[in-house]
Amino acid sequence: MSSGKHLKGIHVDHCKNTAGMSIVPMTLPEKVYIPMSQHIGAPCQPVVAVGDHVKVGQLIGDNAAPMCAPIHASVSGEVVAIEKFMTSSGRVDTNVVIQSDGKQEIAETVKAPAVTDKASFLAAVRASGLVGLGGASFPTHIKYNPSNPDDVDTLIVNGAECEPYITVDHMTMVAHAKDIVEGCKTIMKYLNLKRTIIGIESNKPDAIQAFKDVLANVSEDITVFELRQVYPQGAERVIIYECTGRHLIAGKLPADVGVIVSNCTSILKLQQFLATGMPLVSKSITVDGNIVAKPQNIEAPIGTKVSEIIEFCGGLTAEAGKIVLGGPMMGRAVPTDDYAIQKGNSAILVFDKVMGDKAPETACISCGRCVRGCPMNLMPAKLSRAYRNKDVDTLRKYNVMSCMNCGCCAYSCPARKPLNFEIVQAKALVMADDAAKKAKAEKAAAKEGGKN
Amino acid sequence: MADKRTGLIVSSAPHVCNPVDTTSIMRDVLIALVPALLVSIYVFGFRALALTLVCIVASVFFEWAWQKFMHRPQTIGDLSAAVTGMILAFNMPVSMPFWMAIVGCFIAIIIVKGLFGGLGENFANPAIVARIALFVGFASAMTTWPVRANTMDPAIVAAAGDAMTGATPLGLYAAGAELPSKMSMFLGTINGSMGEVSAIALIIGGVYLLVRKVITWEIPVSFIVVVFVLSAAFGRDPMFDVLAGGVMLGAIFMATDYVTSPINPAGKLIFGAGCGIMTMLIRQFGAYPEGVSFAILLMNILTPHIDNWTRSKLNGVPKGGAK
Repeated sequence: MSSGKHLKGIHVDHCKNTAGMSIVPMTLPEKVYIPMSQHIGAPCQPVVAVGDHVKVGQLIGDNAAPMCAPIHASVSGEVVAIEKFMTSSGRVDTNVVIQSDGKQEIAETVKAPAVTDKASFLAAVRASGLVGLGGASFPTHIKYNPSNPDDVDTLIVNGAECEPYITVDHMTMVAHAKDIVEGCKTIMKYLNLKRTIIGIESNKPDAIQAFKDVLANVSEDITVFELRQVYPQGAERVIIYECTGRHLIAGKLPADVGVIVSNCTSILKLQQFLATGMPLVSKSITVDGNIVAKPQNIEAPIGTKVSEIIEFCGGLTAEAGKIVLGGPMMGRAVPTDDYAIQKGNSAILVFDKVMGDKAPETACISCGRCVRGCPMNLMPAKLSRAYRNKDVDTLRKYNVMSCMNCGCCAYSCPARKPLNFEIVQAKALVMADDAAKKAKAEKAAAKEGGKN
Repeated sequence: MADKRTGLIVSSAPHVCNPVDTTSIMRDVLIALVPALLVSIYVFGFRALALTLVCIVASVFFEWAWQKFMHRPQTIGDLSAAVTGMILAFNMPVSMPFWMAIVGCFIAIIIVKGLFGGLGENFANPAIVARIALFVGFASAMTTWPVRANTMDPAIVAAAGDAMTGATPLGLYAAGAELPSKMSMFLGTINGSMGEVSAIALIIGGVYLLVRKVITWEIPVSFIVVVFVLSAAFGRDPMFDVLAGGVMLGAIFMATDYVTSPINPAGKLIFGAGCGIMTMLIRQFGAYPEGVSFAILLMNILTPHIDNWTRSKLNGVPKGGAK
C-alpha cells in the first residue's frame, strides 16, 4: 500500500456546488452532432450515409486501425448530414448529424456480449466504444491489453475527482458502487490481476462509505483507499504513487509499473455494457460556474450541443465571459458554445467576464510557490525563463518533458505567470528540436551510406 | 484573449488561481513589520515613525519615477518598494538625517533594483546594499546612537554617561563594558538600528509570516541556530549574539527576501547557515562589531550557485538520471 510519503500538490477551493445532486437525464435534443474523433488515435470513418435511419447504440463510425474506439448513435432518427467542422483545439473533424425522431428505439445489435476469455473480453471492451472518461480519452481496450500482461498486478479505480466543481464521478460512485465493484471483479478476472485499489479523495465520505458497504462481504483483494484532499490526486502518476508507492516517470506507461488505472465511471459503463450491450452513447456532465442559473449534474446524449445543455440548466444569469469544457484546472476554454459534448467531457463551466478574465502578469519574484506545488518536483519558474530564452538545453536539464500540465504552478503563481501554458509550449519546442536532430542524423547517415 | 464573434475569453488552463498575489505578499510583510515599528516608536520616540515614513515615501517615489523614466508599467502598487523602504529605515539609527535616508532609498530602488531590471531581477537585497552604502558613506551618522534614558536599559544609559549618544550592545561588548540585560535585549529597550532592537516584536512578525505562508522556516532557523552554535564555539555568549544587532531582523525579514535567496529547502538551509557563519566570523574576527548585512550580501551573491547545487530531482528516478 501507500508508503506514507506523498507527492506534492496544492490546496484548491473545491467549489463542489453540485455535490449531492444526482444525475438527471437531459431532455432529448432535436439534433446531435457526433464527432468521429473522440479518442486519442486514429479518427473513425462514418459507416452510415446521409438519409440512413439509425437507432440508439448502432455503430456509426469505426476504423480498423488498432488505436481507435468505435462510435455509436446516441439517438434514434435520421442521419441528416456528415460534415466537416473545426474542433475546439483547431483540428478538422467530421460530424455525423442525426435528427432525432424522439422514439429512442434501441438498435437490434444491442445485446449483452458473450465473454468467455481474455480475447472475447477485450473485443467486448472495444465494442463498447469506451475511452478513458477521466478526460484523457485513451481507448480502453488498448489500456486493458498491455504488452507486458504478466507484470501487471493491480487495477486502480480513479475516483479522486480532484478537479474543482466536478461531481459526476462522485454521484456515480454513490449510486453505483455495487456495479463498479462488479466491473472491477470482471476486469480482475479476465486480465488476471491480483488486486484492485479504489482511490477516492477524502472529501467524498459518502462515496467511500458506499464502497465500504459493498465491499464488506467481498474478499480483501478489492480495497478502498482514501486519498488526501490535495490537487491533483486524480492525475495518473499521482494516484499510482499514492495508492501503490510506485513512481511512474515520464515516457512510461502505467503497465510498466504493474498498474492499470481506470476512471470509476469508465468501469461502470463497461459493466453496464457487459450486462446490456448498450455502448457508450451518453455522458454524465457537471454543469456549473458562477453564472449558470441551475447548476446540476446531467446525463446527456453524446453529440448534444453545449448551448442546448446550458439552456437545459436554466440558461445564464449574466453575459458569458468564458466557457470551459472540463475542470477549471485542466479544462479547455472554448471560443463558442456551438461545440458538441464528447465521450471525454465531464464538465461544462460558464464564468462571467470577471471570473473568466486573467489578472495581468507581473515580474517573477522567485518565491518558489511553483516549485513547492509541483507533484513532479520540477522547477516551473526555471522552465518558464528557459522557454522565453528558447533555451532547449536548459529545458532538458530541468526535465521539462516530465511535466503533466496539472496547472499547480500557474494556480499558485503570485505573479500570475502563465507557467502551465509556457511549459506546454516548451515541450513542443523540445520535441521539435528532437525531431530536427533526428532528421539531421538520418540525413548524415544517408550521406555516409551514399559514399560507400 | 476574447473570441471576435462570441466575445468569449479563450485562455490557457488553469482557469482559477490562488488569491495570493505579489501585492498581498508584500502587504503581509508590511503588516509583519508593524510590531517592530511600534517598539521602535516607544523606545526612540516619534522620530522613528517619521524616519520610517520618509523612507517609505522616498522609496515608492523612486520606484514610480524609475518606471516612468523607463516607460515601463507602474509597479508601485505591488508594495515591494514600500517594503524596501520600511526595512531600510529599520536599519538606520533614529537620528539619521532625512536627506541621508533618502540617499539610501535612491541607492536601494534605483541602483540596486532599477538598474538591474526591477523587481525580481536584482541579485542582492536592495535594503542590504543601501545599508552598507550608507554605513560606508556616512559612517558617523550610521553609528550615532542617541540615548533615551527613560526607555532604555540602565547599562546603555550608564555607558553613555553625560553624553547624548551611547553604544549598541555589540559596541559595548567590543569595548568590554557592562552589557544590558537579556530581557532588555529581548524586549528592545536597548540602543541600535530602529527596527532591530526588539527580538520579541520581530519574532511576532516572523510567526505571522510563517502562518501566512509568506516565508518558510528554513532560512531564519538555520541562520539563528548557526549563530547560536558558533557563538558558543567561540566562547561567546550565544543568547547575547542571537539577540544583539541585526540577527533577528536579518534572519526573519532580510535573508528571506525571495528574489535573492535560494528556491529549494536544501538551498535555503545552506543559505541561512552561510549567513550565520559569516555573521559570526565578522563579529569574532572582523574589524566591525556587526556582520549581518555583509553576511547576507555575500550569500545573496552565492544564491544562483546554491540554486544550481540544489536543483530539484525528479521523483522516482534513481541516481544517474532517467532511462
